[in-house]
Amino acid sequence: MEPVRQVEGRAYPFGMKNVDTDIIIPAHWLKTISRDGLGRGAFEALRKDPSNVFDREDVKGAPIIVAGDNFGCGSSREHAAWALLDMGVKAVIAPSFSDIFSGNAFKNGILTVVLPQEAIDRLMEVAETDPITIDLENQTVTTPFQDRFTFEIDSFRKHCLLEGLDEVGLTLARGDAISAYEARQAKDMPWFAKGTALAA
Amino acid sequence: MASRPRTLYEKIWDAHEVERREDGTSILFIDRHLVHEVTSPQAFEALRLSGRKVRRPELTLAVPDHNLPTTARIDAAGKRIPIADVESAQQLAALEKNAPEFGVRYIAPTDINQGIVHVVGPETGFSLPGATIVCGDSHTSCHGGVGALAFGIGTSEVEHVLATQTLLLKQSKTMEIRVEGDLLPGVTAKDLILHIIGVIGTAGGTGHVIEYRGKVFEEMSIESRLTVCNMSIEGGARAGLVAPDEKTFAYLKGREYAPRGEDWDHAVAWWTSLRTDEGATFDKSVVINAADVQPTVTWGTSPEDTVSIGGVVPAPESFADPSKQKAAQASLDYMGLTPGQKMTDIEVQNIFIGSCTNSRIEDLRAAAKVLEGRKKADNVKWAIVVPGSGLVKRQAEEEGLDRIFIEAGLEWREPGCSACLGMNPDKVPAGERCASTSNRNFVGRQGPGARTHLVSPAMAAAAAVTGRLTDVRELVD
Ligand code: SF4
Repeated sequence: MEPVRQVEGRAYPFGMKNVDTDIIIPAHWLKTISRDGLGRGAFEALRKDPSNVFDREDVKGAPIIVAGDNFGCGSSREHAAWALLDMGVKAVIAPSFSDIFSGNAFKNGILTVVLPQEAIDRLMEVAETDPITIDLENQTVTTPFQDRFTFEIDSFRKHCLLEGLDEVGLTLARGDAISAYEARQAKDMPWFAKGTALAA
Repeated sequence: MASRPRTLYEKIWDAHEVERREDGTSILFIDRHLVHEVTSPQAFEALRLSGRKVRRPELTLAVPDHNLPTTARIDAAGKRIPIADVESAQQLAALEKNAPEFGVRYIAPTDINQGIVHVVGPETGFSLPGATIVCGDSHTSCHGGVGALAFGIGTSEVEHVLATQTLLLKQSKTMEIRVEGDLLPGVTAKDLILHIIGVIGTAGGTGHVIEYRGKVFEEMSIESRLTVCNMSIEGGARAGLVAPDEKTFAYLKGREYAPRGEDWDHAVAWWTSLRTDEGATFDKSVVINAADVQPTVTWGTSPEDTVSIGGVVPAPESFADPSKQKAAQASLDYMGLTPGQKMTDIEVQNIFIGSCTNSRIEDLRAAAKVLEGRKKADNVKWAIVVPGSGLVKRQAEEEGLDRIFIEAGLEWREPGCSACLGMNPDKVPAGERCASTSNRNFVGRQGPGARTHLVSPAMAAAAAVTGRLTDVRELVD
């Protein structure tokens, strides 16, 4: 995974509360075989409205979304994170996130930043015309107008994002321990180790 | 050193812990991984993008099941019939390509071993007692029927298992469901598990792994144990298991991937040692009286909405919890039912006998026993029997069960998930009812607007004969 240190650029002034994963990516997009291309289905229903924020020329392709409370609630589909990633989003700022969504976002290298509603209100204003900077190292969100908000983040997640470590990579780093287990199993419980190699 | 008495679950967990991290999360080794076409494409894609390999390809088995049409798969000339739905065809083609590319054994749609992952695992001996088994499908709990610790995972975890053969997990709490006494004649494993879910509710097992204990389970066939464990997830538990015993060993011996020779003897010795120790304690314990269980059906849109076949549709006010009252009212609206209506007055237009819950040979025999020499009712428009695998299908045909179904007016199909979730063309039309042997009666599960009543195979067969929900004991003794 790409390390995430700073996310800088325009932000979609979205602001909607209780955005569920069905809004992020509707169910009929789930029958896919790729993580790519889901950006086309992202916020599909909202984008039917020609004045929607995601198709606004000046913010199109922005790396940040500013949203309302409880972002990513509803079904656990990981496709929601993939859809955001595919549309170029690297961070979402909101007053709160559903646990499952923030877990899925983290697994896919998307930064979820929790800030109080007053900060969100201010960022919504800034996002209309100017860029926003998220600095993960210093845990700050700043604007060209001297605004400076600090946010909390789980230290383990911060470390993984900064280093570009994904969970698979982290576990692979414990490869020796896994190999040691496998060696024990091959000796003590050889019947497990053979698997489909036993086919007649 | 005298060790603390442990439960079956704790013994399997301990035997698979690679290491425990400071935050209490463990790296757990996974012995068996099943993949199907719906939840695996993005996992393989991620491996490809990151240049990673499958760590232990021989511990994963790939089988298509969810999307496959259950109509004929090869034409008269022996050629494979293409799949009409473009997206289904794409997912199936992806699995067929990914498995060999990563060195994983793949069972083709036309192979005699093809079937629903949870039927294929146990019957090929891929699923073994004491093993940790995962699959990107929540009904993986099914494999607990052979005494395995088995649970469903998401796509990121599928990738994690492929790349590392492990998962990061926190140990669950333990729960015992003890059934006392004997089941009444004509009452099956499906009735029992529906009854249990009705008692504990869909959140009853949340955060726990269930062990089903008592004479009833000891006396049950392996097929029945698989049915019970299959639906553990509907009771909120990620996994459910029954201790492996002589029956389990007899069921598995000689199957394709089951250990052989000396390995087998050592395996049996270890499996036997896994039983919950005398004096081990569970975090939660529920006792059910077997004699209370009648043939059971569902009336609503949650698996906990159960009632005995002799009962009536409940009134929403009869529930104490206000949120349950609201849910019950919404269920009744969706299901088109009124409180007080007798369950046996509910007419059904569709019958589905199949799914990983009830598509094994014992299930088909039970349905055929009711249907033998009878015909389906005229108001039943669509009735299909979908065997769980090619092996089940062949066995049923050898026993002549297919003839019984066809003569009764039911269709005999090719193996797959089918109308359990209607991802393939097998769907229940909007507004119509289906007596279904599957595991979920959720809104729209069997097709948009479809109304599902969960039942056992014998009860589905009885409903086919009378055209309404029926106490099967009135038809056979
Ligand atoms: S039969 Fe139904 S529950 Fe079972 S694996 Fe298939 S879709 Fe899932």
